[in-house]
Amino acid sequence: MGRTILSVDDSASIRQMVMFTLTKEGYTVVEAVDGRDALNKVKATPVDMVITDLNMPHVDGIDLIQALRADPAFKFVPIVMLTTENTVERKDAGKHAGATGWIVKPFKPEQLVAVVRKLLG
Amino acid sequence: MDAQKQLFREEAYELLTVLEGALLDLEQNPGDGENIGKVFRAMHTLKGSGAMFGFDDIAAFTHTIETVYNLVRDGKLKVTQELVSLTLKSCDQIRAMLDASLKDSVADTARTDIITMEFQKYIPAEGDTENPDQGPGPSCEENPSAPQARLMTYRIRFNPHRDLFANGTNPVPLLNELQGMGECSINCSMQDLPGLDEMDPESCYASWDIIMTTQAREDDIRGIFIFVEDTSDLSLETIQDGPAYDHDIEYKKVGEILLDRGVIARDDLDKALGSQKRIGEVLLDAGVVDRTQISSALAEQEQIRALRKKRAAVEESSSIRVPAQKLDDLVNLVGELVTIQARLTQFAAHKNDPDLAGIAEEVERLSAALRDIAMGIRMLPIGTLFSKFKRLVRDLSHELGKDISLVMEGEETELDKAMIDKLSDPLVHLIRNSIDHGIESSAARVASGKPSQGTITVSASHSGAYVLISITDDGKGLDTEAIKAKAMEKGLIPPDAALDEHEIQGLIFVPGFSTSSTVTSVSGRGVGMDVVKTGIESLGGRVEIRSAKGYGTTITLKLPLTLAIIDGLLVAIGNEFFIIPLGVVVECVDLTDDDIKHAHGRHLIKVREEIIPYIHLGRHFGLTGERPTIEQVVITELGGSRIGFVVDKVVGQHQTVIKNLGRMLKEIDGVSGATIMGDGTVALILDVNRLVGQVEAGEATSVCGGGSPAGLKITSPINKSAA
Repeated sequence: MGRTILSVDDSASIRQMVMFTLTKEGYTVVEAVDGRDALNKVKATPVDMVITDLNMPHVDGIDLIQALRADPAFKFVPIVMLTTENTVERKDAGKHAGATGWIVKPFKPEQLVAVVRKLLG
Repeated sequence: MDAQKQLFREEAYELLTVLEGALLDLEQNPGDGENIGKVFRAMHTLKGSGAMFGFDDIAAFTHTIETVYNLVRDGKLKVTQELVSLTLKSCDQIRAMLDASLKDSVADTARTDIITMEFQKYIPAEGDTENPDQGPGPSCEENPSAPQARLMTYRIRFNPHRDLFANGTNPVPLLNELQGMGECSINCSMQDLPGLDEMDPESCYASWDIIMTTQAREDDIRGIFIFVEDTSDLSLETIQDGPAYDHDIEYKKVGEILLDRGVIARDDLDKALGSQKRIGEVLLDAGVVDRTQISSALAEQEQIRALRKKRAAVEESSSIRVPAQKLDDLVNLVGELVTIQARLTQFAAHKNDPDLAGIAEEVERLSAALRDIAMGIRMLPIGTLFSKFKRLVRDLSHELGKDISLVMEGEETELDKAMIDKLSDPLVHLIRNSIDHGIESSAARVASGKPSQGTITVSASHSGAYVLISITDDGKGLDTEAIKAKAMEKGLIPPDAALDEHEIQGLIFVPGFSTSSTVTSVSGRGVGMDVVKTGIESLGGRVEIRSAKGYGTTITLKLPLTLAIIDGLLVAIGNEFFIIPLGVVVECVDLTDDDIKHAHGRHLIKVREEIIPYIHLGRHFGLTGERPTIEQVVITELGGSRIGFVVDKVVGQHQTVIKNLGRMLKEIDGVSGATIMGDGTVALILDVNRLVGQVEAGEATSVCGGGSPAGLKITSPINKSAA
């Protein structure tokens, strides 16, 4: 516990849901409104895990994952895509970029918690 | 969830404004990629978040629009004036849907369908851009695993690729998750680990052999590895453990297991068996296997052996029927033992002999364990009691012409057998009440928009040292106005009484109260509720009621786990000791001369700005003796009101073995039992509820004059019962 998770989504309601669900489980959640914001946020706060939407303005999810993986500090940090799209191509694009896993929207809070537990222990 | 829905609505309204702005810009400049992206993302967010927060109509509607704009974004479709107008129209429709959701209604679906069809015209007929939305995703958690009856044993080989760590995967949580699913023996193989000079610290060289016994399905096990299936080799096989092997607890020999796995050939095995050494050693010496493979096979053997033993044990143990009386005797004897042990501990503490102290400690540990086991033996699942109610509900609902279903939850919750026996009557009463007074007739239910079938839920759960049993009906709830009027009519409350909702609901527990103006054979004249309350309180429990008019009633019983041993607060008055059940104690405060002076002769104490009445136990029981300068008040809470009990000294928490007072003394008011303390003295257990009742009724205020003989001086109550 006491781990910090970065939640990246341009939808405030999804961010709130992630925040609410994970805070209740004892995690600290930092929010970013898009990929660009996320890249700024991680400069200031070290995070243990990233949960990101794919379709976002400015820097989108795939680019964000690529950018993070290129950073040595993020080499081994789990990055989960949170996306409405469930196509094999998008998943592969995400995996190729270095995503650890994915969650498809709509998701249940328990699913989110299970995935976070799976990856953070 | 409502707050989240509201947040989504706000967000959606905002998005619509953005959307309209982008669309108008797009109309002026149809090729503007940035605005196309904006429209797509807005629709995408509306779809994703909409589905999350239960706005399925919006999610479905925006799905089609999103598909169209995906085509636009990919350059397969041009933005036209027509498309922009249609999209603006759809914005209005989304807004209408949001507005409708506020009033719990639905927007004009016909219009939604027309717009959707218009959009669909833009999508090429092959529909290859459209993707099924709900494919098998990581939704591995989505299907609740239906456990299969029989335990299965799997051999799982998890061999990650070198680059496992590169996408942020940590194998340890996966293995932990596996362990959470069933009994596992995990063997890590490091045979691929190269020398230090060749090793890349960022690569994964380990692989794991896992033998797991679980009820989970194979799909669920694979689900754990869903994120790593591309970056590892995973094999999962069921270990042959059919009935053919079941006659014997022993599992296959290590050699056979290795043979099964294809690690060795039959010849190797035969050759090895020829020598007298242990098979594992031999194979190791022969160089056909390495140590990891052997230990993995041994783990499998061990796991299956344990499983077989367990199965055999389950079949053998089942249960033994024992007369309840024997168990009661056992518990009584354990009670005696606990008492004696307390004496021994006290004695040892005085003697200052380390040997004796050691023995005393050991006896204390053993007797505590014995006590827990003895109490545990008397525990029964409450389901045995609940199952009686099925018939009750069926018969009564037939008799009254009502359609009622009974839902039972937490039947496995365990409770002292003695407690279960005594709970039967109160629970039957409460359920009768729910059926008779709570649930309306089917016609009335339909008229008020409820399902015609009423539901009564009986549930039990543990909460610390208590069990909570609640009976919930979705009937008409308590009519507080009617209760108040009736109580006034009966003279139970003064006409000008100002009571809050909760207090009014509490009135149904007042003796002689009945809300049903007609008498039925089902719940009599409603004299029952006060009997229920008294019954539960005599078990050391409490009754709480929550009701909302039109929505139903929940009555919750809070009961101690056992009747034989309770947690008590030991207090002293003069030379006498008393136990106050810890469950009702809120706090202890000092009572100084100043406090008494400030109260102007009334028995009131101010605790954090709250005025609390108190009962002076010494005077109440007529105990003489010197009053200490600072007395202590034990503040208790019963039925929502706080009452203090003044004692000379609070000694501390005490594991109280409850003893009956015997036939002669059983009618004494204000005392519910007794316990024997370490040094052999008797402490009376106070019946706080009764004491408060006595004082309130003003009947027990007479104080015996001095000069009573030493010993118990519970004067007035004893005289009363003896008379």
